[in-house]
Amino acid sequence: MRNLAGVAVFVVVTALVPTIVTSGTVLNAIILTLYALLLGQAWNVLGGYGGQFSFGHAVFFGTGGYVMAVLQIRFGLSAWVAMPAAIAAGAAVGALVGALTFRYGLRGSYFALVTLAFAEVFRILANTFAFTGAGVGLMLPLAESPARLQFAGRAGYLYLILGFVLAGFAVHLWLGHSRFGARLTAVRDNEASASALGVDVFRVKLGAIMISGALMAAGGVFYVQYLHYLDPAIAYGPAVSVEALLVPIVGGMGTLFGPLLGAVALHALSEGTRNLFGDAPGISLALYGTVLIVMVRYMPRGLIGLFDRRGP
Amino acid sequence: MLVARDLSIRFGGVAAVQQVSLTVGPRRIVGLIGPNGAGKTTLFSLLSGFLRPESGSIVFLSHDITNMPPHAICRLGMTRTFQIVQPFAGQTVRDNIAVGAHLHHRRRSAALHAAEDVAARVGLTAELDKLAANLTIAGRKRLELARALATQPQLLLLDEVLAGLNPQEIADMIPVVRSIRASGVTIVMIEHVMQAVMSLADIVHVLANGRMIASGSPAAIANDPAVIEAYLGRGTADKLRRAAESAHG
Repeated sequence: MRNLAGVAVFVVVTALVPTIVTSGTVLNAIILTLYALLLGQAWNVLGGYGGQFSFGHAVFFGTGGYVMAVLQIRFGLSAWVAMPAAIAAGAAVGALVGALTFRYGLRGSYFALVTLAFAEVFRILANTFAFTGAGVGLMLPLAESPARLQFAGRAGYLYLILGFVLAGFAVHLWLGHSRFGARLTAVRDNEASASALGVDVFRVKLGAIMISGALMAAGGVFYVQYLHYLDPAIAYGPAVSVEALLVPIVGGMGTLFGPLLGAVALHALSEGTRNLFGDAPGISLALYGTVLIVMVRYMPRGLIGLFDRRGP
Repeated sequence: MLVARDLSIRFGGVAAVQQVSLTVGPRRIVGLIGPNGAGKTTLFSLLSGFLRPESGSIVFLSHDITNMPPHAICRLGMTRTFQIVQPFAGQTVRDNIAVGAHLHHRRRSAALHAAEDVAARVGLTAELDKLAANLTIAGRKRLELARALATQPQLLLLDEVLAGLNPQEIADMIPVVRSIRASGVTIVMIEHVMQAVMSLADIVHVLANGRMIASGSPAAIANDPAVIEAYLGRGTADKLRRAAESAHG
């Protein structure tokens, strides 16, 4: 109940922001934080609740983005049709990756490496085919109208990303209060025990990677609509994968509000370094790496551990 | 209710279980004993689906479960506990037991409620909100038992639930095992604590070097020369007999 109230307060407060704040810079910062939150939520379903650490979540992000862009640009479909198709495609790629890796019991660093390889394969494929724009990428023509999921002001985009984030929170709440969630955390904590207790480990992991893939694809959908451009390096490159995993690891894996804390902290950090060092190339990646090492070494439970003293 | 025939498995060159057959009748407590490395836990892993036998067959409640995965066997009504306890350490005792209870309860509230009932049966009510990681060894053994019971098994494979407990804790645990059988659950237990095996089991099977070397009532097993030799070494039974004769004579 407290969790539900917390989510409600967060969503309502965020939804009210555009009625008070008009500064484009501030709204953009909030939108990008929500976007990082969504990616973190997506990764948290599989990595945080399921214990399966993916280094290649870009494979779902890029697929969502490309399906969104290609269906609109090449097939002239409405954005409102393309969006569910893109999200379903993310889930489908999740099913593909999951079926191939979990069927053969890949775990830990082996799973991480295979997901990384999947993202790389998809990047090369996107680089090759003409209908994905190959290396040049795809430009989404500007047509500001809600029917095309494009908005004149930033407020519209804020509501779009907030809607996705709300879906992410709904998934998290459900995981905390459902049989599927109980089974997923059981699989994370001890696969042998879980299967002795009647849990079909493969099916549970497959479900988790599909949900995770769908949320991540929603991130790709938002990216295309907000920035109107996608190329293989953006879609399937490691930057998105790293951001998705860093957010919940910094904030607190397997928790409802961990990704929120992580997204806010990381966004504040990257803004801070941009002010200090300018846009020097690679500086943000070096910083993210440092943050990751410090967090894993000194705060394995993430920032949320500061608020919750219970536990190991 | 369980009939295993001629089960064999080898790990590399080691024949861990060879041609082992085992029949378990309903509502029994069956003891499985044997020296370390005899293949007892391996046999459990075969029966519960964690390992696939290279040859042989397992029939449980007239289903052929020889090549079934553990979760499917659990659904049919057979589950196991682990010798080295495997709790979901970061979760509460209540949540741990609920994972088992979810097998027959879709709703979260129903599973949590069932978990409380099971906790009461094994004496864990006071620890329901503790993290599993913070339980004593005795508590973890009880949790292992409780989670398995929550799946409402008809046949329970208990792998050394008494190991590592002090005499008082063992004395506390024995009536718990009895009450589980009394509730209609058949039990096969691997156990090294002989007093417990002798007082609980209806039938005892003895494994040594991967082979079933003896089966019978606890009293008969305790005097079986083959069993004594398996534990104490070749020729020991003879020596003991001669020593006893010379002492009397």
